[in-house]
Amino acid sequence: MMTSASLEVAAVLLATTLAAAAVAPWLTTIFRIGSDSDANCEPETEGSWSRLLRGLESPLLRAAGVWPIREMTATEYAIAILLFHAAGFGLLLFLLRCQPLLPWNPDRLPAVPWLIAINTAASFVTNTNWQSYSGETTLSPLSQALGLTVQNFLSAASGLCVLAVLVRGLVRCGSATVGSFWHDLVRVTVGLLLPLSIVLGLLLASQGVVQSFDTGIDVALVEGTSSAAGEAPSTRRIVLGPVASQIAIKQLGTNGGGYFNANGSHPFENPTPLTNLLEIVAMLMIPMASCLAFGRWVGDRRQGYALLAAMAVLFLPFVVLIVRFETSPNPWLAAAVPSIDQATSPEHDGGSLEGKEVRFGPASSALFAVATTATSCGGVNAMHDSFSPLGGLVTMWMIQLGEVVFGGVGTGLAGLVAYTLVAVFVAGLMVGRSPEYLGKKIEASEMKMGMIVLLVPPIVTLVGTAAACMLPAEAAAAPNPGPHGFSELLYAFSSAGNNNGSAFGGLSAASAFWTLALAAAMLASRLLTMLPIVAIGGLLAAKRTVAESPGTLPTHTPLFVLLVAGTVILVGALSFVPALALGPIAEALQPPMAAGEGTR
Amino acid sequence: MPPSDAPRPPKLSAMILGQIRPAITLLVVLTTITGVLYPVGMTLAARALFPLQSAGSLLIGDDGAVRGSLLIGQPFTGPRWFHGRPSASGTTPYDPTASGGSNLGPTSAAFTTLVAERAEALRREESTDTATIPVDLVTASASGLDPHISPRAALLQVRRVAAARGLADEQVQRLVAARIEPAFLGILGRPRVNVLALNLALESLDSGGAMPKLSEEGLRPPP
Repeated sequence: MMTSASLEVAAVLLATTLAAAAVAPWLTTIFRIGSDSDANCEPETEGSWSRLLRGLESPLLRAAGVWPIREMTATEYAIAILLFHAAGFGLLLFLLRCQPLLPWNPDRLPAVPWLIAINTAASFVTNTNWQSYSGETTLSPLSQALGLTVQNFLSAASGLCVLAVLVRGLVRCGSATVGSFWHDLVRVTVGLLLPLSIVLGLLLASQGVVQSFDTGIDVALVEGTSSAAGEAPSTRRIVLGPVASQIAIKQLGTNGGGYFNANGSHPFENPTPLTNLLEIVAMLMIPMASCLAFGRWVGDRRQGYALLAAMAVLFLPFVVLIVRFETSPNPWLAAAVPSIDQATSPEHDGGSLEGKEVRFGPASSALFAVATTATSCGGVNAMHDSFSPLGGLVTMWMIQLGEVVFGGVGTGLAGLVAYTLVAVFVAGLMVGRSPEYLGKKIEASEMKMGMIVLLVPPIVTLVGTAAACMLPAEAAAAPNPGPHGFSELLYAFSSAGNNNGSAFGGLSAASAFWTLALAAAMLASRLLTMLPIVAIGGLLAAKRTVAESPGTLPTHTPLFVLLVAGTVILVGALSFVPALALGPIAEALQPPMAAGEGTR
Repeated sequence: MPPSDAPRPPKLSAMILGQIRPAITLLVVLTTITGVLYPVGMTLAARALFPLQSAGSLLIGDDGAVRGSLLIGQPFTGPRWFHGRPSASGTTPYDPTASGGSNLGPTSAAFTTLVAERAEALRREESTDTATIPVDLVTASASGLDPHISPRAALLQVRRVAAARGLADEQVQRLVAARIEPAFLGILGRPRVNVLALNLALESLDSGGAMPKLSEEGLRPPP
């Protein structure tokens, strides 16, 4: 069993690496050219690809009145981001509230209630895609396509724009500007995300992911038509819709908001083991490719490899652990119902199967879970709430590391660079070297902004969880008793406070407290990490590059990789180990009990 | 470049006002591209390239009626049918308008009690007292629509189904064996049996009719 699981994991990781390596050169091209003024020290290239890009983007930018491109200062860039988020929020809120008045609502669904609408708008604008609604019965195809699919593209594109600013900060010398947000936005959306989504969407559709103008079809049950099926209704409505197009960008943009309530476990979102592979690859591809492109952007590929290695160091051990946890039998179940066979054989799925699909099995489900929480995707192909206690711990911990292990598209690597600056600074203090990263001096202002990036997510997560625990009516939203119930509360705020969007799905988070608190957590965590990163980009861009000296700490060595990974672990562990001890760890320590021996 | 002699940056209010037009225009333009052209184009392309799959992999019987989707499980409870996994969808099992799992915690007493009850019912149904019960038959799936069970879970039910239909055990067993889907390339996912397809095959064996075919039913405009 362990060999088949390891083969499976190895195959997926290999496919992901190949895909990332293939995308990296294109991603490099997207940001390297055009928007950069000629007199800075950033290398310029102008090939046929970039002429093609220019042809695509110039009409759009001309329509918006920002052609020819004018570079922005970091402040302007931040304002543009804020305005664009606000406009997106407003449009989405409008679509959800006015659903019954708008076309393409064949099932005549009513307006989405205010609280759910606000929560959903915040969730999709911030790339979190927490779903406090059930897609099948709440949203019309128009809302799904025009509202959610659009924000899936734009929130992911905004993330890459922020990364571009940070990188420009590192490579430019004495520049007052950091690029044009409008130019970056259009270029990423039309030049990168759209073509990738078209390819992935068609691949998914070929496997059975539905893509239809119809919203559903009523069928009589096979058993209900030929034998008595009791009093239960004997028909079912099979829900259809434009699913493949949304799932493609949901995975590629590390969004995670599915078309259906069951998300990526629904057979119409993820019908076969092959689509499961494609969806895992799609989640990890752009975050991994960003690392490789980073190396090319800064003119030293080893720097990109080092950051990718730091992510891998933080990722791979947890892949092994979670696959191990989920393919093992559930000891509590084994003690209570000894006659159940939980062993795995070629004819039988073993392990913890509650909340998992047979076609994936526990190993693929575990791999998807760790990938979706390490990246800020948050789509699921199995219900994390029913994972083994320690399996659930891994998913939660990957989120709590601040979504910098692969992380969100763009924002993940940008966050890791913020951690790297802190690591450089700490190392500089320890050994008495001047803190520099890629030739830029790291000083007090950058450190202040870096600390905001590091600390806002844990603060939002822990304060939110504590608030929920102190309000008995709100804590009751967790359906499971004991430590697992606490885990459900902690997971919700971890997910919102790090813009992941997955959930311990049993939580009924529809009250005013939950919808608004989670919406606030999502907005705070998104904006208070993006804007300081833009600020760091601006601060660094204005600086001159200092020449490398014997006192410079090399930032591509294995030692430095461990230093960065250690910084991430240290911040994550110091912030969250106490809370984790109350939730999943306490749950894992409960002794298995035979049936009738006692109930909680 | 842009050194000290660059013009002073404009005032904050001017910066904000200057960005409003591009913000709104680009939101509208990009919404049109990614929210209208993209989904519509993808639907047309998918319909042309993969008409059966994109319409929901619907199974259509001889009489032209849609029997279900190959990918979406249906509830089966009678002795003449192979049973799928327990479903936690909505209020009725296998309800595609309310997909979802039980979200019961792994250590919860509610979970272990529920599984014990299911195991007991299963043992009575299959009249097996010694055999161990495949875990997939007593745990709910993530979607509540899982169309598959493990080969072991299907083989466990052969005796009951054969007896209820007056068929030989071997005949039903062959039917199951022929319907085991292997893991993709032998590596990805797990071997499995599609319950709805298996039951439709049983039905056609019974009536001597043909198996329902994948249809393009969903492509027709709704009446």
